[in-house]
Amino acid sequence: MTHLDSVKYMAGAEVAGSTPVVMSSPELRAEVRNLSFWYGKTQALNGINLPVADKQITAMIGPSGCGKSTLLRCFNRMHDLYPGNRYGGEIRLYPEDRNLIAMEPGLVRLRIGMVFQKPNPFPKSIFENVAAGLRVRGIGDKRVLNERVEQALRGAALWDEVKGRLHESAYGLSGGQQQRLCIARALAPQPDILLLDEPTSALDPIATARIEDLLVELRRTITTVIVTHNMQQAARISDFTAYMHMGKLVEYNGTNAIFTNPKDKLTSDYITGRFG
Amino acid sequence: MTDIAPLVSHGAADPVFGGTTAQFLRRRALWNRLAGYVLALAALASVLVTVGIVYVLISESAAFFRQVSLFDFLTDTEWTPMFENAHFGVMTLVSATLTVAGIALAVAIPAGLGLAIYLSEYAGSGVRETVKPFLELLEGVPTVVYGFFALLLVTPMLQSFMPELSGFNMLAPGLVMGIMILPYTASVSEDAMRSVPMGLREAGYALGYSRFRVALQVVVPAALSGITAAFILGMSRAVGETMVVAIAAGQNPNYGFNPMEGAATITAYIVQMAMGDLPHGSIAYQSVFAVGIVLFLITLLFNLVGFYLRRRFREEY
Amino acid sequence: MNAANNCKTLEQIVSANKRIDVVMASLGILVLMVASAMLIGVFVDLLTSGWPRLISSEFYTNFPSRHPEKAGILSAMTGTSLVMLVTAVVAIPLGVAAGLYLEEYAPRNWLTDIIEINVSNLAGVPSIIYGLLALGLFVHTFALGETILTAGLVLALLILPVIIVSTREAVRGIPRDLREAAYGLGADKWQAVRMYVLPAARPGILTGVIVGLARAIGEAAPVITIGALTFIAFLPPSPIQAEAPFINFEWLSSPFTVMPIQLFNWVSRPQAEFHINAAATGVVLMAMTLAMNALAIYIRLRLRRHDR
Repeated sequence: MTHLDSVKYMAGAEVAGSTPVVMSSPELRAEVRNLSFWYGKTQALNGINLPVADKQITAMIGPSGCGKSTLLRCFNRMHDLYPGNRYGGEIRLYPEDRNLIAMEPGLVRLRIGMVFQKPNPFPKSIFENVAAGLRVRGIGDKRVLNERVEQALRGAALWDEVKGRLHESAYGLSGGQQQRLCIARALAPQPDILLLDEPTSALDPIATARIEDLLVELRRTITTVIVTHNMQQAARISDFTAYMHMGKLVEYNGTNAIFTNPKDKLTSDYITGRFG
Repeated sequence: MTDIAPLVSHGAADPVFGGTTAQFLRRRALWNRLAGYVLALAALASVLVTVGIVYVLISESAAFFRQVSLFDFLTDTEWTPMFENAHFGVMTLVSATLTVAGIALAVAIPAGLGLAIYLSEYAGSGVRETVKPFLELLEGVPTVVYGFFALLLVTPMLQSFMPELSGFNMLAPGLVMGIMILPYTASVSEDAMRSVPMGLREAGYALGYSRFRVALQVVVPAALSGITAAFILGMSRAVGETMVVAIAAGQNPNYGFNPMEGAATITAYIVQMAMGDLPHGSIAYQSVFAVGIVLFLITLLFNLVGFYLRRRFREEY
Repeated sequence: MNAANNCKTLEQIVSANKRIDVVMASLGILVLMVASAMLIGVFVDLLTSGWPRLISSEFYTNFPSRHPEKAGILSAMTGTSLVMLVTAVVAIPLGVAAGLYLEEYAPRNWLTDIIEINVSNLAGVPSIIYGLLALGLFVHTFALGETILTAGLVLALLILPVIIVSTREAVRGIPRDLREAAYGLGADKWQAVRMYVLPAARPGILTGVIVGLARAIGEAAPVITIGALTFIAFLPPSPIQAEAPFINFEWLSSPFTVMPIQLFNWVSRPQAEFHINAAATGVVLMAMTLAMNALAIYIRLRLRRHDR
């Protein structure tokens, strides 16, 4: 299996060789290779290289419009829903070493879960929301469903709050609860990778803290890629951080390293709040 | 500087305004007020239309209900206003009205929903932009033409494999009416489905849903009240539709729901009576208004429910 | 790894999904094709059955007749034109004024709510109910009789909601900047509305007017209800005359027939020869309404392109 000790992911040659990776070379779960992306004629991503470590949290930060959400949505081929979008390069998925960009989008999405900026539960019961991803897989056995739904809701730290009203509408939940429900929904089918697109940007600080706690709890059980506009959040919860700027990956490193000792001037300017 | 006169000169006569500024402002304010009143009157006139409808229906049928009891009107199953021994069982007409409208909905609901799903979830924007104006064109076809079509084309066509079908029947006008209201139900449902936020669809796709599953399990439930409104408003149109049934369903008041037979609907009865020279003030004349009330109430009910659902849907997003 | 073990079945799910999607897309196209076939079928059927009459100039210059081969639509076409004149003169100012009021002037109160609910409800009232209104109120109470005026009025009321709604939409679509620019110049409300809002909203209002009039042309039910005659072998007095005062209004109180009623009358005859006349009338009627609707759609599409 590929390991994360190579330096080829570093964006600039000047930072190569100085990579204090905190974890002792965790295994790779996915790897973005020379990925570019175009919305019609507008290039949004330009030659991105990024490793995704197995059962770790990888955070993507950068000023708005830098392409971090665009990159995230490449992982589950969300861009294929809209006409005129185009990819270049590849995203390898390990261990079977397949290219996500060349796979059937439907298949990709069955394997990679996603949580969106705004909580978007379906207009159904809490139970059916969590069961949704299982039903797509043809799982209809009530016992299995019950078990997996409970497991996912516990995993999303929501079980105790909703166990008495599983069959009530998901719209009765608060915003923070809805977002945890969406996390449970994404977790229930046991995806290979969990994508989170600024999952707390629509929430209040208390709900945000609960989600962050949850992500920290989950981090040794699932591979997570999170986009955040909030640097403190990346610093608090992630193992690795990628800093993006204008469609390019500027710097990637262990989170501690990137926040304490950024190599690139753009990164340090952003982290110290000079822009963004 | 001095050669440019100030446009607004207080008190002094100013040729620009044809009077003093104060006079101009007064005149302008007067026009402004007047315009407001005139426009308000026009808006109130639209209320007068409703008032007029209700007044006419009630006042003309009041005389009718002095001679025919409401109980007989609602329970009798015969409608023979021109006979010596006249019966006024409105359910006869209502049964035919509902049969035809039911057939129309049986066509319009699946076809309209299918078309709406196709347009909103499958079709590219190019297809959609072409199809929607086309649907509007279809809505613009005069109903009397559809009646011609139902009587002289659809009925003979159906008869070729349903020999027992009468020349006047409720099936052919029902089917034609279904296609007639299809553009309306499809476009209202499609509007409802398109206003479902994209984020909800993305949640479905992110779980690996197929388009079909997203449409059926995410979009349709989310747009349900809007879609229901579309079909209720479509039902209201089918119930109130006149020319198709007047031409193709015949004018025999039969109580029953057999689509193979012809029967007079409420609207067809009104047309039939209006075609003959009705003496003003006769009971047959008044009966037209009595059934008019029934028609008005049925469609009013459907419309109010439909508007309520549609408004509720709009508030959700 | 769980997901990896599922891989085979996941691929099966994906291909099953694809199959369903293909089926659904074809279903949608099928419905579309049925609807198109209907429109084209109606038109082609009318055209082929009505062709012998359509190419005969007598059809356009003759009055209805007991002899189907001599019958024509002259009185129906004249009647339709005159009725539409009344309808347009009444419905356009009334509808535009009401729309302007609701969008620009109306305060947020219960009266406005009632007017709004009323307008949307009126749009759903069956056309034949308008016919009953006209029969009870115009024909008998106001003693206007079964005349062009009555028919024009009832059709005007019928399309009033269409014009009100399209006026409101057109006015609502006007950018705020335009209004603010007008107020910035010192215009008061009426000046802003009259000089800037109304002209800018004109194309949108026009589409509503055209769609409404197209609907009125095709409407038979309310006109039948007021007791319009179907056998009219004369023309109403001309609105324009050679001697002063050059216009007269006698035609308003003349009996009349209109195209949809003429069609209804012919299609209701048992003799197939009359059905040919009905078909030919249908072609003329459809050509008129389709052309008007197409014009409205064209104006609107062009409008939208300008907005971009």
